[in-house]
Amino acid sequence: MPEVVAERRVSIKDYDNKVRPSWCPGCGDFAILSSLKKAFVDQGIAPHEVVVVGGIGCGSKLPNYLRAYGFMTIHGRPLPVATGIKLANPDLHVVVVDGDGDGYGIGGNHFIHTCRRNPNITHVVQNNQIYALTKGQYSPTSDYGFVTTTSPEGAIERAINPTALAFAAGATFIARAFSGDPKHLTEMIVKGMQHRGYALIDVLQPCVTFNKVNTYDWYEERSYKISEEEPGYDPSDRDAAWKKANEWGERIPLGVIYQNPEIPPYEESVPGLSGGSIVPRSYEGIGKEAFERLKKSYM
Amino acid sequence: MSEAAGGPADISLTIGGDAGQGVESSGAGFSLALARAGYQVFSISDYQSRIRGGHNFYQIRAANYPIYAHSDPPHLLVALTEESVEVHAARLAEQGGVIYDASLAGVERLVEEAGALPFPAPLAEIAERHGNRVMANTAALGLAAAIIGLDLAPVVGVIEQRFGEKSKELARKNAQVAEDAYAFGLERYAGIFRYKLPPPPAAKPHILISGNEAFSLGAAAGGCRFIAAYPMTPATSILEWMTYRAKELGIVTKHAEDEIAAVCMAIGASFAGARAMTATSGGGFDLMVEALGLAGIVELPLVVVEVQRGGPSTGLPTRTEQSDLLSVIHASHGEYPKIVLAPGTAVEYFECGWRAFNLADKYQTPVIVVADQFLAGSPRTVPADALRYESVQIDRAKTIPPASLPRDSVASGLLAHPNGSNGGTGNGAIHEAGHYLRHAFTEDGISPRGLPGDPRTIHALTSDEHDPEGHITENKEIRVQMHGKRMRKLELARAEMRPPSLIGEPDADLTLITWGSTVGPAREALALIAEHGLRANLLHFCDIWPFPAEKVMPLLAGVRRSIAVEQNYTAQFCRLLRMETGYKVDHAVLKWDGRPFSPQEIAASVLEEVGARA
Repeated sequence: MPEVVAERRVSIKDYDNKVRPSWCPGCGDFAILSSLKKAFVDQGIAPHEVVVVGGIGCGSKLPNYLRAYGFMTIHGRPLPVATGIKLANPDLHVVVVDGDGDGYGIGGNHFIHTCRRNPNITHVVQNNQIYALTKGQYSPTSDYGFVTTTSPEGAIERAINPTALAFAAGATFIARAFSGDPKHLTEMIVKGMQHRGYALIDVLQPCVTFNKVNTYDWYEERSYKISEEEPGYDPSDRDAAWKKANEWGERIPLGVIYQNPEIPPYEESVPGLSGGSIVPRSYEGIGKEAFERLKKSYM
Repeated sequence: MSEAAGGPADISLTIGGDAGQGVESSGAGFSLALARAGYQVFSISDYQSRIRGGHNFYQIRAANYPIYAHSDPPHLLVALTEESVEVHAARLAEQGGVIYDASLAGVERLVEEAGALPFPAPLAEIAERHGNRVMANTAALGLAAAIIGLDLAPVVGVIEQRFGEKSKELARKNAQVAEDAYAFGLERYAGIFRYKLPPPPAAKPHILISGNEAFSLGAAAGGCRFIAAYPMTPATSILEWMTYRAKELGIVTKHAEDEIAAVCMAIGASFAGARAMTATSGGGFDLMVEALGLAGIVELPLVVVEVQRGGPSTGLPTRTEQSDLLSVIHASHGEYPKIVLAPGTAVEYFECGWRAFNLADKYQTPVIVVADQFLAGSPRTVPADALRYESVQIDRAKTIPPASLPRDSVASGLLAHPNGSNGGTGNGAIHEAGHYLRHAFTEDGISPRGLPGDPRTIHALTSDEHDPEGHITENKEIRVQMHGKRMRKLELARAEMRPPSLIGEPDADLTLITWGSTVGPAREALALIAEHGLRANLLHFCDIWPFPAEKVMPLLAGVRRSIAVEQNYTAQFCRLLRMETGYKVDHAVLKWDGRPFSPQEIAASVLEEVGARA
C-alpha cells in the first residue's frame, strides 16, 4: 500500500452535516460512516472532491449523513450511477455504499459487470445478510436455512458468496472487513480507494434488530485477519485468492483477499475521455469546423 | 408520377433480395448517387429481424421537386431473387419493369404474369468477367441507371468512394462492372422503359441523411458529451454514430449491460455536469421507467430518445409504429415534470437533438424525444442549409459552471442572485447558514444547480422526498411545497411548448392531424386528396407534453372536419387531445401493420373515411 499523506488540513468535522442517521442504536452502519469519513480525511480528500453514492436500504441512506457530494439513488442502481459520474468527471473520488440486497440482489447484474469493467470506484457493501429496511426478509447472502418472514421454514436457496463472485467476474480488488473493527475497516477503505480500479469491500455488519443469528458475537467468533494468521499471504496469487474468496462458515477471512494492480481502470481506455473531464466541454458543442465536416459526409 | 415535360416528376424503384445479399448497401449507395445527381430522394428500408435469409427490400424515390415520403407504386424492381419478383412485381406501376439476372429460371413468366416488362441481363456474368459474381448487385445498379436515365458518373463516384475505402482494386473492378451493365442497358432497354428521371433540377445543395443521423448531429452540436445505451433496434444507430466519432468529437459513449444501467449511467453523468443521454426503443424504455422518476425528483436533466417500433413486447422489431405515446407521457409512478417531443421530419429531429438538452438543463428534468423506425431509419434529402450550425443554441440555464471555466461570474451570479433574490436567507435564497440549498424554493421552481467538484455547492441528492438542502424529510409542509416547486416547472415549460405547425391553406374542408413521422406522407396526401375536390390542410404536432392546450384550442376552433392519422390501434393522440382540450377528433385513419404510411395510402383511407370516394 502506498504511503498516504494528508497534504491538506481536512478534518472529520468538515464531513459533519449534523443530520442524525435513522439507524437503530448499535447498528453497524455507524462504524461504516465514521470509517468512511476517517478514510477520506486520512487521504486528505476534501468533501467537494468526493461523491458518495447509495442505493436503497438502511445503509444506502449513508450519503445523507455526511457533508460531501452524494446521491442516494434507487434500489440496486448505485453502481451504474457511480459509473456515469466517474466517466463524466474522472477527477472525482467515487464511492458506492449499499447493502447485500441492493448490491448482490436487485443490482446483481450491475455488480458482475462493474467487476469486469473495472472503473476506479470503491464499493462498500454493508452485508448484514438480511433485508432490514423492509423489516426482516432473507437476502442473497442469508445462509441456507435462515428463518425470516419470507423464509419461515428456513431459506431454501444457497447464499451468494460475494468475494468468490467478484473474483469470477474479474474484480481487481476484493477485501472483507467487519464493522466491529472500525480501524481495520478504515484501512480497507483506504486501500480500496488507493487501488486503481474497482474495489469491493464486503463489510460484515450486524443488524441488531432483525438478524438474531449473525450477531457481533457470531462474526467475532468466526472472523480472522489474514494478515495476522497468514503473514505470508500474497493477494496477487490467483489460486490462493480463489481459495480465500471461497472461505465462509466456520472461518471468515478479513483483509485484502485479492488484488491485481496490472489492469488499468476502465476510464483510462475510454476514447472520449482522452481530453479529461467532459463537464467543461458540455458547455460547448463540437465547433463549426467539425459540424460542417460531418454534414459533408452526407453529401 | 407526372410525365409532363419539364414539370414535377418522380420515379420509384425497389431493390429486393435476401438478407445478407447487400440490399441495404446497394439501396443506400444508389440513393446517394441520385442525391449527388441533384435529385430529391426519400428511401425506406424494409427488413426482418434476422441476419441472413428472409426477404428484404429497399425502396428509393427520386424527384425533381420537394418530397417528404416514399411513394407507391414503384416503377422499377431490381430483383436479386425470384422471391422478390413474387412479392413486388404485381404492385409495380403499369408498364413497370423488372431487372433480374438472366439465369434466374422461371422469373420471366412471373414478370409477364404481373404485366411488367422483363429486363433480364447477364448480371452475374458481367460481374464474373471482372473477377467475382458477388459484384452482380453493382451490375444491377448500373443497368438500373441506364434504364431510368441516370447519368452513370454519380453511380461510379459512389462506388469508387465506398469500395475505395477497402481497396482501390475492388473499387476499379466494381466501376467496370457498373460501366458494362450500363452499356448493356443503354443498348437493350433504354428506349423501351416509359418511366424516366426528369432532368435534374438546378437545386441548391442537399444532404442525404436518416432521422437518427440528423438527431445525432444535432445532439453533438448541442454539447451532448455522454451517451450510455443498450443496443435495440431501431435506436442502436444513435449509440453507434456517437461511438464511431467518440474520439474525434470528445464524446463518452457506453454500451451498458442493460437499459437500466444505461439510463442510470446517463443520470450519473448528468449529476456530474455532463450533457447526457440514452437512446432505446419501447422495451428498453420500459426498463428505464423507474429511473425517470429518480431524475424527476432529484431534479437532474436527462435526455432519452425512444425510437418506437411495433409492440407490444418484442412485437415487430424492425418495423414502425406510433403506439408508445401515452405510455411515454405517463411513464414512471408519481408525478414529476416531464417534457415529450415527437419530431416528424429530419430537420425537427435534428433540432430536438440540441433543443432537448436545453429544455432538460433549463427545467432540470427528463426530456423524452419520441421517434419511430420510419423517421429514424429512412434516408432522405434535406436542404444542406436546413441543418445549420448557427441555428444550434447551447443554454445550460441555471447550471453553475465549474470554477475551471472562464465564466465564473455567471456562477457567482447564480450563487448570489437566484431569481433576482439578494442571496440572503429566506425564500429564494440558495444559501442558508452557510449551506448550499440545492432545491431552494424559487419563484419559478428552478434552483441553481451546482456540480460535484465545486466547493461552493456541496450537496447530496436523494430519491426520498427532501428539504431544500436535500435532506430526507416527511414533513407535510415541506412535502407540499417541494412537490409544488417541481410541478411549477411543468407549467413554466408548457408556456414554451410550440403550437402545431399548419401545413397547407388555413381555410380547408378537412384538417389532417398528425404527430411524429406521419407528417411526411400526410403532407403529400393533401394534394392527392385535393384531386378529389376536397380542400385539406394539416396540423402537425411536435411538442407533445406538457400539452400546449391554450395555443392549440384556437387552431382547433377553425377546423371544419378533423381526421387524425396515426400508426396505432387506439388513436392515442386523439385521446391525448381530448384529455387536454376536450376536443373530439371527427375521424381517425389508423393502422398497425408495421409498414410506414405512403401518401397514396393516407389519401385513399382519408377519402374512404370521409365518404368522398366514388
